[in-house]
Amino acid sequence: MSTSTASEASGPTSVEYIQHHLQNNSIGDAGFWVLNLDTLFYSWLLAGVLMYIAYTMPKKMTADTPSGGQNVLEAIVEFVQQQIRDIFPGSNPLIGPLALTIFMWVFLMNAMDLLPVDLLPEIGQLVGIHYMKVVPTTDLSTTFALALSVFSLIIYYNIKIKGPMGYLKMFLFHPFGKYLIPVNIIMTTIEEVAKPISLGLRLFGNMFAGELIFMLIALLGGASLYGLFPQIALGTVWAIFHILVISLQAFIFMLLTIVYLGMAHQEIDEH
Amino acid sequence: MSITATLIGQMITFAILVWFIGKYLWTPMTQMMDDRKKRIADGLAAAERGKHEQELAEHKATQHIKEAKEQAAEFLAQAQKRGAEIIEDAKDDAKAEGERLIVAANAEIEQEVNRAKESLRAQVVDITIAAAGKIIKKEIDAKAHGNLLKDVVGQL
Repeated sequence: MSTSTASEASGPTSVEYIQHHLQNNSIGDAGFWVLNLDTLFYSWLLAGVLMYIAYTMPKKMTADTPSGGQNVLEAIVEFVQQQIRDIFPGSNPLIGPLALTIFMWVFLMNAMDLLPVDLLPEIGQLVGIHYMKVVPTTDLSTTFALALSVFSLIIYYNIKIKGPMGYLKMFLFHPFGKYLIPVNIIMTTIEEVAKPISLGLRLFGNMFAGELIFMLIALLGGASLYGLFPQIALGTVWAIFHILVISLQAFIFMLLTIVYLGMAHQEIDEH
Repeated sequence: MSITATLIGQMITFAILVWFIGKYLWTPMTQMMDDRKKRIADGLAAAERGKHEQELAEHKATQHIKEAKEQAAEFLAQAQKRGAEIIEDAKDDAKAEGERLIVAANAEIEQEVNRAKESLRAQVVDITIAAAGKIIKKEIDAKAHGNLLKDVVGQL
C-alpha cells in the first residue's frame, strides 16, 4: 500500500510498514521529555470540535421543538445522566461534565481508528510529514493522561469526603480489619493503584490492537493484487466490529470513572 | 510507545475540555432538560385537571338538560290542559250563545206571529164592519156595535 515511503525501490517490508505506522511524530529528546505532535494535534482537533459543538449547540437549542443535532446531544447527555443516577451516590456538579467529556472525547479519538489507516499518513507524506499516528488513544500518554486525571480526582474526593484520617484508615483497616494492618496496606494500595493502570491500559490495549489489525489487513492488499479482495472484506468486517469496540471502550472508561468516583464518595464503613 | 511529556499536555487539555463542556454544554443542557421535564409534568397535571373539570361540566350540563326537559314537559302538559279548558269554555259559550239565539229567534217569531194576528184581526174587523155595513146599511152603528164585533174577532 504505502509505496511512496523512503525505500522506494521495492516498497517497505511488512515489518517496516508496521513500524513506520507505529512511530509517533515527536520532538524532544528520547525518554520522558518528548512531545508527540500527532497525538496532540488530533486530540486538540477533536477537543476543538467538541468545544465548537458545546459552544454553538446550546444557543440554537429550543426546549419545545428539539430536532437534529439537539436530539443526538440530548440522547447522549440523558444517557450519561442516567448512568450517573444509577451508579453515583449523592451529587457532585463535576461528575456530569467529567463523564460526558470522557465519553465524547474518547469516542471521537477512538473513531479516528475508523478512517483508513493510510489515508491521513499518506496525505501527511505529501506535505512532508513522515510520521503520523492518527488515533490519539493508541498513545499511552493520552490514555494515562485521562486515567491519571481520574486518579487524582479519586484521591482528592477520598480525602475530601472521608477526611485525611478516614482515607488513612481505609488503607490501614480495609479489607481485613485491624489485626492484619500490613496486609491491608498492601491490598488497598494495589487496589487503588490498579484503578488508573487498568483504566489507561484497557483503552490503550483495545485501540492499539484494533489499529494493528487494521494495519495487518491493509498489508494483505499490499502483498498482491489478489490480496485486495480479502483486504476489502476483512477491512469492512473489522471496521463494523470496531464501531462496537470504540463505543464500548469510551463507555467503559466513562462508567469506571463514575464507579471509582462513586466509591470515593462513600463514607468509610467501619469493620 | 512509552509515556512521554505528551501526557502533561493531554491532562491540561482534558482539564480545560471538562471545564468548557461543563460550562457551555452540560449545565445549560441539563438545565433546559430539567425545565422541560417540569413543564411537561405541569402540563400533564393541568390536562388532568382540565379533564376532571370537563367531566364535572358535562355532568352539570346533563343535569341542566334533564331539568329543562322536565320543565318543558310540564309546560307542555299545562298548555294541553289549558287548551282543553279553552276548548271546553268555547264549546259552553257557543252552546249558550246558540241557545240564546234560538230563544231570541223564537221570541221574534212569536212577536211576528202576534203582530200578524193583530193586523189580521184589525183587518177582519174592518172587513166585517164594512161587509155588515153594506148588508144592513144604516141599521148598525159602527160605534155602537164596534165593541161587540171586537169581541167576536178576539175569539177568532
